Order: sequence, then structure tokens, then C-alpha cells
Amino acid sequence: MGKTISEKIFEKHLIEGNPVAGEFVLARVDLVLMNDITAPPAIEAFYKIGVESVFDRSKIALVPDHFTPNKDIESAMQVKMMRDFAKEQGIEHFFELGRGGVEHALLPEKGLTLPGMLIVGADSHTCTYGAVNAFATGVGSTDAAYAMALGELWFKVPETIRVNLKGRINPWITGKDIILYLIGKIGVDGARYKALEFGGELIKDLSLDSRFTIANMAIEAGAKAGIFEPDSILEEWARSFEPEPNLVYPDSDATYSEIIEIDVTEIDLQVAFPHLPSNTRNVSEINEKIFIDQVFIGSCTNGRIEDLRIAASILKGKKVAPNVRLIIIPATQEIYRQALKEGLIDIFIEAGAAVGTPTCGPCLGGHHGILAKGERALSTSNRNFVGRMGHKESEVYLSGPSVAAASAITGYIASPSEVL
Amino acid sequence: MNKVIRGKVHKFGRDIDTDVIIPARYLTTFDPLELGRHCFADLDESFATRVSEGDIIVAGENFGCGSSREHAPIAIKGAGISAVVAESFARIFLRNSINIGLTVVEAPGITNFVEDGDEIEIDLENGKIRNLTRDREMNFQPLPSFLKQIIDAGGLIEFAKERLKTR
Repeated sequence: MGKTISEKIFEKHLIEGNPVAGEFVLARVDLVLMNDITAPPAIEAFYKIGVESVFDRSKIALVPDHFTPNKDIESAMQVKMMRDFAKEQGIEHFFELGRGGVEHALLPEKGLTLPGMLIVGADSHTCTYGAVNAFATGVGSTDAAYAMALGELWFKVPETIRVNLKGRINPWITGKDIILYLIGKIGVDGARYKALEFGGELIKDLSLDSRFTIANMAIEAGAKAGIFEPDSILEEWARSFEPEPNLVYPDSDATYSEIIEIDVTEIDLQVAFPHLPSNTRNVSEINEKIFIDQVFIGSCTNGRIEDLRIAASILKGKKVAPNVRLIIIPATQEIYRQALKEGLIDIFIEAGAAVGTPTCGPCLGGHHGILAKGERALSTSNRNFVGRMGHKESEVYLSGPSVAAASAITGYIASPSEVL
Repeated sequence: MNKVIRGKVHKFGRDIDTDVIIPARYLTTFDPLELGRHCFADLDESFATRVSEGDIIVAGENFGCGSSREHAPIAIKGAGISAVVAESFARIFLRNSINIGLTVVEAPGITNFVEDGDEIEIDLENGKIRNLTRDREMNFQPLPSFLKQIIDAGGLIEFAKERLKTR
């Protein structure tokens, strides 16, 4: 009987149990991630377990990114708790403000998430690392504490939905449109408890940044993981961190609960309407003018260099509409510096955008751009739930970077063709 | 863990996400009582004050979707809720609830079985839910035995302590 990528990764990390879909297993983990919201309860739980030290101080990543630079005294206390714990335990991967960024853009950049790894993170978007062929899944703080103490965790090996991507990508379409299209098709619980496994002939044309975006939003379909089949682009990337990447391919006779074929040639630019990521529409089919107060380009979904390049190519020489606030936040220090080198930041500021230091900030309504009552935002982030970015009577629409940049110029949700 | 739980029902719809269970602006603490005061703040401001100790939440599909914040089940517990019964749960929320000792019951058909304000009794051992207001009974599949080990240990922290002894 053939195996999926997920089953093979569980097999390699197995401590107890039978590593086939549907079975409970105890498995070894290669990396445990926490942020400034989830680490404090995890640290408290860790002390309650009563071990002296973490299982491996090189396999834990602590990333203050949600409420940083600290927005108030309480958030400063939370980060201090992380910082003190990192010092006490000798954690190698604590990323201080100014030396880090948004966790899911940062850790791959540092080579901490590699093919074949089993990764858990106390953040639902941990599934992002599926882009680099790791089995990565979000857990809670107590789970993270357990994993930090014992270097293992319990899992139910998921069934897998195979997604084959084929066809040619239309202009301005990125990973965001592909994943929004998929979520619109299967719903916010379409892959609940399951892994999404992405493959197909199109993969070779998809940049790694687009793959990160796709894997990132697997959770928005309820998936436990969103994992890509490896290819030469990934192999080359992985070789810059390790000489012999542990690429994991599925067997040709692997068992899938479902196989979804997507011809991306048919995918138009997508926008998710409030208040679910599955509430998607083609931009070309929006007939009314949906005016917006704020546009946010950034987050673990779309704050990477490819996203900023796309936004800059549209904003170059243009101005943000008078009634719109455009907030652009590069996801990491490295991305910020690269954008500076390429002159992208100059283009953004010239256009009238506010450029912020790396943080999750507005994505979760934390700080750096909270919405007032009745306001409407278009965001390149991943969630548009009620009150997600501010007041409970504000609205969030989701899109990729090209629609976000174009809409910042027009003042209403628009396709790039309207401004170029 | 109580084997039989009895309480008044607060009924919710489907796809209830963890952002509405506890909005991000309250995540600068993980104190259960403080979080409990803001539980469902953006959906139903009066929720926290209407809950009596031991009440039960009944909801539709995919309860607890979205963010992995453990603050969500902590807030529900902190508000005084004894159990959540849903058509289905998002997986991280389910894990978190089991880990911190909030009783969760997956019971397909539950939303047609009870109305807001009904009094119900959950028999965890035998997999039965009784609607005391409407005098009817339905069955559910108890959690797999693997997860029962964690629950019976008293949550994941206690399970970890036991596991450390056997390794």
C-alpha cells in the first residue's frame, strides 16, 4: 500500500503507534515554535510539567511578532517572559526585535524549516512550512509546552486530499488567488482534520513565495497541513542550508481521501468577502464599487519580497487614493532590507503609503492599523472574521498583492488592469 | 472529569472562530477569569454576564476554527461553561480543549436536538445526551481511547508527567 508525504514523515518520526491515516501516534518533533501570544501560557505549562530543561535548545524557536514592537505594558511583559525564558534555557533561536520578523516568513529564511521535518508551532499558520515539504501543523500552548519538554507530541495521522495543479498562470495571479479559489471551492472546513498535498505539472512554475502563501492558508480550509511535493526549485533552496536535503515524495499508489484537479488557467484574481475566507468572488465579476478605508499589504501570508515587488510594480508613479490609508509591512528584516535595496520602499512612500517595521500588527487587529466602527479594509492577510482587524462592525476583504495595490490607488476594490 | 454534566444551553451557529470567542485585543493575559469576562465580546456582549456556572454551549459545524489561541477554550472555561457540544470541531480547538480539560463532545445532529435555553444532561461514559426540557435522548460516539488517556490523566500536563516516568 502506497504512502502519502504525511504518512512517510510520521513513519520517520515514529515513537509509538502505526503511522497510517486515521491512527494515533506519538512522534518525535524537529522544531517547536511559539510567539509572544502563545509562548507565555506555554512557558507556564512547561514549568508545571516539572522538567529542568527543554529537550533540545537548538530545536525551539521563540518569535515575538504579534504585539511587537510592544504595544502596551501587558504585551511588553509577555515578551519579557519569553526573553527571560530563552536566556534561562539557552534557547538558540530567540529572535529579538530588529533581528527577526513575522515567524512564518522568518523561520524558512533562517533555514530552520527544511524538507522532511516534523514541525509543531503554537500558531495556526505553522502549516506555512508545508511549502518546503515539511509536515508542519499548528497546536496550542500546552501542546507546545509538552513538545518543548519531551521532544515529542501525539498526533492523529491525517487522511490526505491530493490537489493537482495544472495549466498556465494568468497575469497578476499568485499563490493567493490559487488558495482563495480552492478555499472558495471546498469551504472553511473542506479539509478539516486532513492534510492537503499539493502537486501537479504547474508546481514547477510556482515561486517558493507563492507556495508559502498557499501552504499558509491551508488552515483556512481547516487542514492540519498543506504540504508540497518537492521539485528542483525546492531542492536548490534546501541545498543552500544542507548538503543532502531529505526530500519526501508520495508513492504513486498512495491512498487519498479525495483528489482535486485545478486548472489554474481558469483562475481569475480572487477576493474573499466578509466574514469568511471561503466567501470568494472573481474580481472581474464584482459589479458594484466597494469603497475601502484601508489597505494592508503584509503578514505571514503576503509580506514576502515577491508580494512587495508586485505591489511596487503597480504603485510606481501612482498615488494612493485620498480617502485610503495604505499600510505596507515587510514580513522580516531581510525582506525589508531587500526591498530598500531594490527601491521598493521609495516607491511606496512616494505613493503615499505608510511603511512599518516587521510585525503581524494589523492582521489580527493587534496594533499598527486597527479599524474603526464601520470601516472597510482590503488586506493581503489570511482572515476576515468578524472584528478580526478592529471594531466588530468593521469589514475585512482579502486579496493578493496586485488587487490590494490597485485598490489602494482607485479607492475601491479593483483589478490591476484598471490602473495600468 | 465529571461523567455526567448538566446545564442550560447557549446555542451558536456554525464556523464560530476563535477571534470571536476571544478577540485578539484581550490576548495580553491568559488569566481564565479575565478572559472569561470577554468571551464572545464581539458576537454577544451580554454573554459573559448571562452564563451561569455549569452552562453548556451547543454549536454547529467547525466550532473553534481559525487561530490556535488556547485562550479560546480558556475563556470559555473561565466564563463558567462546563462543556461544548458541537456538530464538529476545528482540530486545534479540539486538541486545546482536551489538553486544558474543557469537556468537548462531537455530536452530529445536536443542533436539531436542542434549542437555546434548553436544559440538557451529557452522559460522557455512555455517550448519551438527554434534553430535559423536551424529554428526548440522542447518542454520540465517545472520544477515542487514546484521547481518553489524556483526559483521564487530568489534561496534557499530567499526561506529560506520567509519560516522563515511563520513558
